[in-house]
Amino acid sequence: MSYLSNIYNGIKTLLTGMSVTGKYFLNARKGAITQQYPDNRATLKMFDRFRGEVIMPHDENNEHACTGCQKCELACPNGTIEIIWDRGIDEVTGKKKKKIDKFVYHLSMCTMCGLCIDACPTDAIKWGQNFENSVYDRTALTRVLNKPGSKVRAGIED
Amino acid sequence: MNIALNITQTFQDWLVGFMPEGAASITAMVIVAVIYLMIFAVAGLYLVLLERRVAAWFQLRLGPNRVGFQGLLQTMADALKLVSKELTGTDRADKFLYNLAPYFVIITSLMALGIFPFTQGFQAFDINIGIFFLIAISSIGVIGILLAGWSSNNKFALIGAMRSGVQTISYELSIGLSLLTMVLLTGSLQLSEIVETQKHGWLIVQGHVPAIIAFMIYMIAGTAETNRAPFDMVEAESELGAGFHTEYSGMKFAYFFLAEFINMFIIACIATTVFFGAWLSPFGITESLPWLGVFWFLLKALILVFLMMWFRWTFPRLRIDQLLSLEWKYLLPINLINIMLMAFLVWQKLTIQF
Ligand code: SF4
Ligand code: SF4
Repeated sequence: MSYLSNIYNGIKTLLTGMSVTGKYFLNARKGAITQQYPDNRATLKMFDRFRGEVIMPHDENNEHACTGCQKCELACPNGTIEIIWDRGIDEVTGKKKKKIDKFVYHLSMCTMCGLCIDACPTDAIKWGQNFENSVYDRTALTRVLNKPGSKVRAGIED
Repeated sequence: MNIALNITQTFQDWLVGFMPEGAASITAMVIVAVIYLMIFAVAGLYLVLLERRVAAWFQLRLGPNRVGFQGLLQTMADALKLVSKELTGTDRADKFLYNLAPYFVIITSLMALGIFPFTQGFQAFDINIGIFFLIAISSIGVIGILLAGWSSNNKFALIGAMRSGVQTISYELSIGLSLLTMVLLTGSLQLSEIVETQKHGWLIVQGHVPAIIAFMIYMIAGTAETNRAPFDMVEAESELGAGFHTEYSGMKFAYFFLAEFINMFIIACIATTVFFGAWLSPFGITESLPWLGVFWFLLKALILVFLMMWFRWTFPRLRIDQLLSLEWKYLLPINLINIMLMAFLVWQKLTIQF
């Protein structure tokens, strides 16, 4: 009897499979997952966990959250990040204090491993969505992430 | 528009007017062969395109849609690219057999196309043992595959070719027996007469239960015959590179590729002719317009081709022992019982006829 039930089960499972793909086939026009990239550049939205490049968000007062602690520089396995720092005077307390001068990021060396972003205690750096990074000269891939004239947001170190 | 039963004959009669009989018949054959060759080379390319688009839709992709409107010229461009490619070969390959193999495959598949009745009278060659000819010719293709595998001097190719041999020998039985089941109903092997008997209802309706079983067996065995997934152990990209055509490049590869698609079309055409009334329209709605037969024939054949594509993009590949047990333990016994059932129906006149 198991012979006949084998045949029955075989046909049944095959038909189940075919109904699944059949539904896909009918819905392909609406739900195609293919992105027609250069054509839809204006509307293209990358997914949340996409790792394009490391960026440092600045708020409307041109302030970022980087304290210059250099943890990201230490965490980076291939020396992509260079923090050039300086000592300044804290206006409130009048003490000497470390602050960043330049956050240098060599995109050409970055492996997008994400260790720097995990290491940052103040979430000053994040993943950006841009992936169109081709340039004619690789020095153009060396970027300074903190904007000129920016300073650390007050209270971020507390 | 009433042309004779056989288009080669029509051409011949026309040519006899200005050349001797022998020369006329040879010229007529050559003309018809060249016309068929051109039509089906292009049709084969479009089948490849269809497969790629359909496969894409099954996987929620878009498929080729850049070259020409909606990608209509894509496979033409591919063919042009393949023509311009270098023909490489392996060291110490058996050069003669290596070069011969693709032609075996492509010629046999094109020869089979000659006898299909595309519509009333549109048939290149109405041979009186049509079904037998089709079964015979479709198993010659495997010689090409075996030769290709053997002469390539490549282990993967040889394994692929041997698998193909095993597979074709096994499934040839099922194809033959399932078609024989239908021949019991028609009482003739000639394709035009098979169509004639279907004027009282398509054979799948006339033969009801055993005909449907025979159709299912035929579709399974037919998919196996064309070496398509889920029976594509001959190529089995993940195990064998590309199986028997691993070492082929350029146009010779294209022959194998095209032959696969033409074979798929042939399997669908046989099923259309034997089970679904060839060019007859459903319920005879366009009986007065015989030229619409081409449309009905192609429509039915393409639906069956689509079914095979659906199989391909749904089912996982079988293991070789599963493949053989499917044939020898399931399809063959069912087929033998089915043929007796059909004989009983025909004997007791239990068939449905309008
Ligand atoms: S980005 Fe973060 S980890 Fe790196 S120096 Fe600034 S605060 Fe420290
Ligand atoms: S993602 Fe990795 S490689 Fe790139 S800067 Fe951060 S730690 Fe360095």
